[in-house]
Amino acid sequence: MMASRGTSAVLSRAARMRQKLQSALEASALEIEDVSYQHAGHAAVKDNANETHFNIKVVSPKFEGQNLVKRHRMVYNLLSDELNSGLHAISIVAKTPKESGS
Amino acid sequence: MKGYPDAPRCGFSALAVKVLQQYGVPISARDILSDLKLKETVKAYSNWPTFPQIFIKGEFVGGSDIILSMHQKGELKELLGDIAQKGEENGSS
Repeated sequence: MMASRGTSAVLSRAARMRQKLQSALEASALEIEDVSYQHAGHAAVKDNANETHFNIKVVSPKFEGQNLVKRHRMVYNLLSDELNSGLHAISIVAKTPKESGS
Repeated sequence: MKGYPDAPRCGFSALAVKVLQQYGVPISARDILSDLKLKETVKAYSNWPTFPQIFIKGEFVGGSDIILSMHQKGELKELLGDIAQKGEENGSS
């Protein structure tokens, strides 16, 4: 695939994930940690693949009244393009502002 | 899951097995790495993109993060109580 020189081509996956989650979830806190190095060489991860595994901690008012499965689905749905293009796994901690404050 | 309970092939799958084993419940596992068709079918069925996927009493409960969180909150004990404590008489349903 030819890489375009547009700005989106130079953004890292982490940066794209941040943009998508921040804007859609109106996150009051968002931590994205690349932990791909912990999984290098394991099944289904190609030798040269990077940005495959992330830990995400997100606090969003949109999680209010949603169980964990629904919250995780919201995150997965927002990141579906990434999951279809080499993002392999994400560990998600999804809290409401109320839950994160206590 | 990825691999099998006694030979997991991914840290998240290993974690989920470890949590469930605390409860002494029977675990029935399928290795999706060795069956691509199964993998795609399960993903579509549960509308969930990653593995492991945990089903309890036929219901999808989530991935390893969720099973760990439910374990920590005591929710798993409630959900698995009636199958974990076989032989004990208690009135819970």
